Order: sequence, then structure tokens, then C-alpha cells
Amino acid sequence: MIALQAIDKSFGDQTVIRDLDLCVERGQTLVLIGPSGCGKSTLLRLILGLYRPDAGSVVFDGRALEHQDLRQVRRRCGYVIQDGGLFPHLTAAGNITLMARQVGWPAERVRTRLATLSEMTRFPTDGLARYPVELSGGQQQRVALMRALMLDPDVLLFDEPLGALDPMVRYELQEDLRRIFRELHKTTVLVTHDLAEAGYFGDRLVLMREGRIVQDGRFEQILRHPADAFVARFFQAQRGHRPDLAGGETATSPTAGARD
Amino acid sequence: MAAARGTRRVVAAMRLGACLCVVGPVAADETAAVPRTPDAAAVAQGEIIVGSKKFTEAVILGEIATLLLREEGWPAQHRRELGGTRVLFSALERGEVDVYPEYTGTIRQEILRELDLESDAELEAALRARGIRMTAPLGFNNTYALGMRPEMAARRGITRISDLRAHPDLRLGLTNEFLDRGDGWPSLRRRYQLPQEDVVGLDHDLAYRALAAGEIDVMDFYSTDAEIDYYGFRVIADDREHFTTYDALYLYRADLAERAPRAVRRLESLAGTLDEAAVRTLNARVKIDGEPESAVAADFLRAALDVEAEIREVGLLDRMRKRTLEHLFLVAVALGAGIVVALPLGVLAHLRPRLSHLILGIAGIIQTIPSLALLVFMIPLLGIAAPPAIAALFLYSWLPMVRNTHSGLRAIPLPITESAAALGLSSWGRLLQIELPLATPSILAGIKTSAVITIGFATLGALIGAGGFGQPILTGIRLDDYGLILEGAVPAALLALLVQWLFDLIERAIVPRGLRLRSAN
Repeated sequence: MIALQAIDKSFGDQTVIRDLDLCVERGQTLVLIGPSGCGKSTLLRLILGLYRPDAGSVVFDGRALEHQDLRQVRRRCGYVIQDGGLFPHLTAAGNITLMARQVGWPAERVRTRLATLSEMTRFPTDGLARYPVELSGGQQQRVALMRALMLDPDVLLFDEPLGALDPMVRYELQEDLRRIFRELHKTTVLVTHDLAEAGYFGDRLVLMREGRIVQDGRFEQILRHPADAFVARFFQAQRGHRPDLAGGETATSPTAGARD
Repeated sequence: MAAARGTRRVVAAMRLGACLCVVGPVAADETAAVPRTPDAAAVAQGEIIVGSKKFTEAVILGEIATLLLREEGWPAQHRRELGGTRVLFSALERGEVDVYPEYTGTIRQEILRELDLESDAELEAALRARGIRMTAPLGFNNTYALGMRPEMAARRGITRISDLRAHPDLRLGLTNEFLDRGDGWPSLRRRYQLPQEDVVGLDHDLAYRALAAGEIDVMDFYSTDAEIDYYGFRVIADDREHFTTYDALYLYRADLAERAPRAVRRLESLAGTLDEAAVRTLNARVKIDGEPESAVAADFLRAALDVEAEIREVGLLDRMRKRTLEHLFLVAVALGAGIVVALPLGVLAHLRPRLSHLILGIAGIIQTIPSLALLVFMIPLLGIAAPPAIAALFLYSWLPMVRNTHSGLRAIPLPITESAAALGLSSWGRLLQIELPLATPSILAGIKTSAVITIGFATLGALIGAGGFGQPILTGIRLDDYGLILEGAVPAALLALLVQWLFDLIERAIVPRGLRLRSAN
């Protein structure tokens, strides 16, 4: 579905992505993980065409991005960022339905879709008339999620969608997100720096460091056979000073420990 | 520029005193003669516009001409206090003024200086070549003179201008126009080899007060000024005969002689009717005793020509209504046009960052042009009265609006602009649906700032005949009449407050609710 081929990207004299290749299969959920500044958020922006690579090319659904209408590509992607990026001058419903109205959906179709989404994301209907400032952080992220899903996109791109939430809210939303991912079965790329979250969501983990991919595989596989000392250290650091909490896919964080 | 600065300072002071406002007595400047039924031919030929410079004698002479023409049945209008020589002469050349009082020395030394005209016959011929005629002299010579407080002149032993050479420490306060006139300070200084460095430009009427208060030591007098006797100042002798003759007369357009020959004959009948003592008395009645110019002019016409001019005083409410409409007109047109230009410029500066320095730079540079200079620059292009004032106000209105539009758009957080792009909105869609709505509070604040600034600046429009609240301020400064100054300054301040309040209402109506909630939190 998405292929990044020999991508280089720098900002000024700072190189963010170096000679990177990555393929995301249709229907796959891929988690990008790595320390801050490793270039994982930049990858999402490259896929959306928000950044243009210095070298290499981004292929979306079989065609290079530079030969496509970016607006059409973006409408086939749902993008959710850490603090929602909601438009403060529009209500929740206004945010969610903006693009549908823009592309000329009839009102009835918009209404039906909105009802479906608020049920799917367990968002209270009376909250739809509220403005973003009147919503809690978790509710804002649910609105951002609905906005991303509105046009029923082929691809979901999530940039630390739960990063700014407190643990309880985060826990609930993680569950809902995984349920939705499984229901919709869309091509998904999720960026996180939290290993537990990565293990919870991903079929496939891609670990990045300084603009390069250092390891790519299933969670357990990476955990058991770290590719180098950095990967081992990264896992060790996430495990923290409570080795009793660590141990593979389960119980790497309080939230993950509580599921099943 | 000092005159403008002075005006603005007074305006600022008056605004502070707004709550202590006492509306002044019926103003001297708004009295007018009731015309007799003008004969049909005269009306068909259009009205005659009389102009005058912004000092008292010129206003009286303008009023005399106006009343006289009206009594003869001509629909005459007096555009008073239009500023200095250049403003009046170019208005006359452009046909925006038909007649105005002038002085031979000023024509010779300033208006047509490059021609080196000697006799009055040469003067007349040179004017004629420009489509302008002059009447015979009115009978008095209002020349320049330098003067001082008598105590200081006596203490320093100064009786002649040559004596000033020995006193380089003296502070000179000269009329702005005198500072750079052909016959003014530069040539006077050369002629007498004067060493003084401390020379400031001042409004003529304020200079008398400054001299009396001891803030300056020497100033330029017009020899028929009433203040010289009133304050008891000493005129020091022009021992090298630098200043020539300044015989007062009227300049008028050649086409006036064609379309209204009787009117010109009537003006000519004023020749030789005013000597120096008489004109000084007229000046004193206005400046010292506070009589309206029109009443003084009517008395003169009665005594000199046995002409009975009727005076009608315009009530305070009528004056206020007229000035308010004039002022609102200036502000509304200038600001409306400003919005139409400045907001798109602000958006353009945002969309094309490379252009933003250029756009903000130009708007900034315009703002630094001194207001009086900008007004005067506009005169050759747009004449006098409202058009040049509106053009200047229009240009001044840009900066706050361009800057606030630009900064309001720039201040939108990156996650929001990025989300808008990531949704697949076109750049127009982003601008119209997301960015402009989010920038509305900032854009409105810019418009509000511009509106308040424009209301203040518009008071300067009176200097070039645009009327408005600046008119009574200008007259009040000339006549040292604080009531009259307040009559312009208080409504201007109230208008500014009203507009602020109006914009607060507009803000409540059009700023998206989601944004107002944020500011409430």
C-alpha cells in the first residue's frame, strides 16, 4: 500500500532520514518506535506529502506521490496527532464532517456516518455540539479519530495519538483503538515511543534510530533477538527499574498489564 | 512639522481632559453671511470659492472678500485656514479656489522666486502667464520683522538685526514657512551672517506665546500682527533692508474675470481701503478681543464701502452635525478602502513569505512619512479638501491591518495548519475555512487600531480644507481659545471611544464562538 524508497530528508544541516526503505502491506498495522528525534513522525509527514523527500520517492497505492494529486491522497488517509489538531472555531461535529461537506456529501449521508462513528468511538452524542475547548483530552482524541475516519480512508496514520493523555484515559482509549483497528482492518502506521503500546497494537514493529531503521519484525522476535546493543538498551530502558513488570508482550506497563 | 506635532500634542492633552469638557461659546469660525437672493446669472455661473491661509489676517481678508461678493449676489464660499502659501497657490492654479489674499513679497520671493521679478508690472505679467491675475494693493504692507521681549533687547543692547551677531546663544523660534522660504531664514542668515544654531520651527500663533513665556528669545513677526502691541514686544530694525515689501492684494483666476467680471470689479473696489493701522485693529479685534472674523469683516465693509453684510451665527448643533459628517466621511472612506487593500496584503504576506518583508516594509515606511508632509504631497495630485486627506488617511491605515492580518495568520499553531493540510483541504479551503476564521480576533484588532488612529489623524485634514473635528482645533490654536479646541477634540475622542465599542460588538458577532470560549477560560 505504501512504499518508501531510498528516502533522504534533512532540515537545514540536520539530517532526519537517511537512505530509508520501508514497505507497508495493505491491511497491516505497523508500529514505528524509537527515541525522540529518530525521524518517525517525519516519516508520516512524508507519506502525507506534508514534507517532500530530498531524495528517493514515496509510493502510495502503486503510484509515486509526486505524480498524484496530494489532496486526493490525503483524503484517502486519516491522520491523528498527539494533541488532536482540532479546529477550535468548529464544534466537534463541525470538525468531523468538514471534509465530507467539502467534497459534497449529502446531509443525510453525513448524518448517518456521524452517528456510526460516534457509536464506534463511544463518543457521547451530546458532545458533538461542543467546541474542542469544552471537551476533555480523551474526548478530543476521539473527535480527532472520528475526523480521520469520516471519509472511510484506506490508510490510518497515527502520530502518538495517546501521548498526552493521563493513564486511565489512555487505557480506555487504547482498548477502543485496538477494537476499531481490528474491526476496520485498515492499513495503519502508528508512531509511538512507548514499547508497551507498540506491543499492544502492532503486528509488526519497526525500530528507528537517527533516521535509520535498526530492526524490523515481530515484537517477541525483536525482544529475544535484539539486532544490536542499542535495541537491547532501548528495551532495557523501557522496562525501567522494575524488571518484574517486564516480560515480552504482556505486562510491560500498568495499562498493558490490565488487559485480557 | 512642529505645527503638526504641536497640534497633536494639544489634541492628546485635550483627550485627557475630555471628561472636564465644557463646550465653548459660539465659535468664531462658523459664522456666515446670509446671502441676498443671488441673481440668476451668478448662480448659473457657479459659486465663487474664496480661500485663505491659516493666520488671522488672511482669514479676515478672505471673509471680507466673501461677504462682499455675497452682498453683490454671488454665491461665495469661504474655505478658511487652508494652510500655507504652497497649498493656496496650487489650489488656485488647479481651480479649487478662485480668489485668495496674498502679499506681493511672497509672490516675488517665494512663489515665483526663480523668475527674479523686480517691478509689480513684471509680477503681474508673470502671473498672467499662469492664468492668474492680481487686484490692486489693498493699502497696507505686512512685511516680516524680527522681534524680542523688550527687557531682553534692552539688557543685551539689541536694536538692529545686525546686533544679533554678537549673541549666538539666543534661541530663535521661527514660523515653519519662514524657515525655508526664499526670503526667510536661510537668506536672512546669510545677509546678516547670523551665528545662532538654536533655531526651531513653530506655529506662528504658538510662537507668540512661546516668546512671552521666555521659551524662545527671537521670533519672526508679521508687521501687522496684533500680538506685537498686545504683548509689548520690541521690533528690531532690519538695518540691511533684507525684507522687501509685502503689499496685500487678492489673487484670482483669469477665468473668474471672464465668468464674473462684476465680482472682480467689486474686489478691485477694496483697493487702498486698508492701511496698516486699520488692519492691525481688525487683527486685534479677532485675536485679542475674540470677535468672530465675519463680524469684524462686516464692520469693516460697513465703514469702508458702506456695504451692509448680514451675519448669521450657526448654532452649536448645526456645526457639530456638519463636522461630524465631514469627519465620519473622511474616516469611513479611508478606512473602508484601507481594509479592502490591507487585508489581502496581509494574507499575501502570509502566503508568500518572501514578499512579507517587502509588504510589511512598505506599510511601515508609509507610516513613517510625517503626516503633514504626506498631506501636502497629495495636493499636487489630488488638490485640496477631502480627496488628499482621504488618500493620506488611507495610506496611514495600512500598517496595523496588514501587520495584524499577517501575524494573526502566522500565529495559528502548526498542528492545526498541518491537520488542515493533512485532511486534504485545498490551500483556498484552508485559508477560508480554517486560517482566516482563526485569525479574525487579530484582524479585527488591527482594524480597530487603524480606525482609532484614523479618527485622530483625520483632525489634521482641516489643514488642507477637509473640515471635520480638526477645524475648530486649528482655529482654537490660532485664537488661543481652549473652548474651541475642546469643541473639536472632545467629539474626536468620543468618536474614537464609540468606534472601539462598536468594534467590540462586531467582535462578539463574528469571532467564532469556539475562540471566544478559549479566551474566557
